[in-house]
Amino acid sequence: MTPLLEVKGLKKHFPITKGAVIPRKVGAVKAVDGVSFQLEQGKTLGLVGESGCGKSTTGRTILKLIEPTEGQILFKGQDITSLKGNKLRRLRKDMQLIFQDPFASLNPRMTVEQIIAEPMKVFGINKAARRKKIDQLLDVVGLSGYHKNRYPHEFSGGQRQRVGIARALALDPDLIICDEPVSALDVSIQAQVINLMEDLQKEFGLTYLFIAHDLGVVHHISDQIAVMYLGEIVEYGHYHELYEHPKHPYTQALLSAIPEANPHLQKERIVLKGDVPSPAHPPAGCKFHTRCPLAQERCRLEKPIMKTVSPTGQQAACHFVKEVGHGDRFVVPK
Amino acid sequence: MSTEMRLGDDGDISGTASQQDKKRPFLDALVSILKSKTSLIGLIIIVLLLLVAVFAPLLAPSNPISGGDLFNRYKGPSADHWLGTDELGRDILSRLIYGTRISIQVGIIAVGIALVIGTFLGAISGFFGRWIDMIVMRIVDILMSFPSILLAIAIVAVMGKGLTNTMIAVGIVGIPQFARIVRSSVLSVKETEYVEAARAVGAKSYRVLFRHVLPNCLAPIIVQTTLSIGTAILDAAGLSFLGLGAQPPKPEWGAMLDAGRAALQTAPWVVIFPGLAILVTVLGFNLLGDGLRDALDPRTKK
Repeated sequence: MTPLLEVKGLKKHFPITKGAVIPRKVGAVKAVDGVSFQLEQGKTLGLVGESGCGKSTTGRTILKLIEPTEGQILFKGQDITSLKGNKLRRLRKDMQLIFQDPFASLNPRMTVEQIIAEPMKVFGINKAARRKKIDQLLDVVGLSGYHKNRYPHEFSGGQRQRVGIARALALDPDLIICDEPVSALDVSIQAQVINLMEDLQKEFGLTYLFIAHDLGVVHHISDQIAVMYLGEIVEYGHYHELYEHPKHPYTQALLSAIPEANPHLQKERIVLKGDVPSPAHPPAGCKFHTRCPLAQERCRLEKPIMKTVSPTGQQAACHFVKEVGHGDRFVVPK
Repeated sequence: MSTEMRLGDDGDISGTASQQDKKRPFLDALVSILKSKTSLIGLIIIVLLLLVAVFAPLLAPSNPISGGDLFNRYKGPSADHWLGTDELGRDILSRLIYGTRISIQVGIIAVGIALVIGTFLGAISGFFGRWIDMIVMRIVDILMSFPSILLAIAIVAVMGKGLTNTMIAVGIVGIPQFARIVRSSVLSVKETEYVEAARAVGAKSYRVLFRHVLPNCLAPIIVQTTLSIGTAILDAAGLSFLGLGAQPPKPEWGAMLDAGRAALQTAPWVVIFPGLAILVTVLGFNLLGDGLRDALDPRTKK
C-alpha cells in the first residue's frame, strides 16, 4: 500500500544574503537538511525536537507554503514537489494546517462563521452547503451555533483552537499538519484539544503529522515518532518502543526531561550542555557531537547514517547505536 | 465528543471577562475619542462644518456670487453683514458658508484620490515585494522629494488652472504618504499566521490581500485619511490663493484671501474671516486625526 505521504531527502535552506542593491549569497540556514519519512493513511507521526530544529519548516514545506530546496514530497503517490498555481491550490483541499498560536492564526476582523467558511468559499462551495457544513463542524469541535457570529477575541485559547480545527476540517482533508497545536494552551485545555483531535481522527480517518516539542503530548497521540535535531531526523520508531528503548543519545536526553508525576521516583536526568548550534554553521560529522555525552573523535569527522536498530523498524543515526544498551545506560566504547 | 469537554470551556463561553478586556477596536476608539477633550472638539468642529455645508442655502443670508451690492463695498461687520462685505459688496458670511461646501468637497475628493491610489500602490508594493516594491517605492521617493505645494503647483501648471485640477494635484501629492503607511502595515500583517492560514486553504493572492491583509491595516489608514483632509484643504486653499485653484467668482476660501489681499490694510475682515475658516477647519481635522491615532494605537491604551 502506498503511504499517504512520503517525504524523501527534503531540504530547505534559507539563503543568507549580503548587499542591499545586488544581493549575493553568503551562506544558508539549513533549517531542514535531508528529512525522509513515510506516513500511512489514518496514522499519526509525531515530529519532536527543540525549538529551531526545523520541525515547523518541515511541516510548512510539505504543505508547499515554503518552497523546498531539494528533495521529493509524494502525496497519495503523486509527486507534488514542483506543483504550482491551480494544481497546487487543488491540493490544498486535501492537506490542511492547524497552527500553534490560536491567538494569531484567526483573522481578528472575521467572525467565526466567516473564518470557517473561508476555505469553502475559496473552493466555490455554495452558500447553503456552507451553512450546513459550518453547523456540523461547530458541533463536531464542541462549539455551539450561537458562537458563529462572534469574533475570535471573544473566545478563550481552547475555543479558538477549536475554531482553527474546524477551519482545517472544512474541506474534508486527508492530511492535517498540526504545528504544535496545543503548546500555547493551558495544560488542562491541552488534554481536551488532544482528545478532540483523537476523536476526529477516528471519526474522519484523518492522518496527522503532529509537530511538538513536548514528548509527553506526542506520546499520547502518535503511532510513530520522529526526533529531529538541527534539520535532520536522528531517531524514528514506533511510539512505544522509542519511549521505552530510545537508542539515540539525544532522544534519551529528551525523554529524561519529561517530568515525573511521582516525586519519590528518582530519575536519572541527562542534562545537555550548551545551546543548539546555529543551523547556518552546523557542526561537521554528527551534528549532535558538540553536546553529546558520548561524543568521540569519530563523531567529529564522520556523519552517522540512519540504521535500523530493532526488528520492528526503529531507526537511529548514531555511530554507537549498537553499543547503547536498552536505553538505560550509555556504554562508552574504548 | 464528551460533554465534559464542553463543560470545560463553559466558564469562557459566557465570556464576560474576555469581553471586557478587548472590545471591538473601532467601538473602543469612538469611546476614547469622546473621552478626550481635544479630539471631541475636533469631532464637533467637523460635524458642524458638515452641517453648514449641507444646509448652506438655508443658512446663508444672501447669494454668495450674485448677491453683491456695489454701493456697499468693503463694509465692516454690521448687523446686516455680520462679517462685512468684500470688494464687490458681497456678504462675506454667505461666501464663507458656501465656501465650506467647496472646501469639504476638495478635502474629500483629493484625499479620496490619494487614498485609493496610495493604498493600492502601498498594498501591492508591500504584499508582492521584490521588483514591484522596488519600482513603486522609488517612484514614491521621487514624489516625496518635492515640497508638496511646489509639486502641486507644478501639476496644476501642466494640467491647467481650475478647481478640478487642483483637487487632482492635491490628491497626487498625498499619494506617497498613503503608499508608505499602507506598505509598512501590509509588511507586518502579511507575516501573521492568519494570512498563512488563508494561503494554506488555497486562497488566491487578491483574496488574501483584500480579505485578510488590508482589513487589518485599516487603523493607520483611517488616521492618515483624517489628518490628510486638513492638509488637503490647506494645500487647495494655497493653490487658490496663488490663483491656480478655484477661479472667481467661486467662493473658495483661498481665492477669497487672494481677492482681499489688495485691501488688507483698509478692510482686514475680507481676509481675516476666510483665514479663520481655514484655520478652524484644518484644526478640526487635525484634532480628530490625532485623537483617532491615539485611540487606535494600542500602545497608548491605559
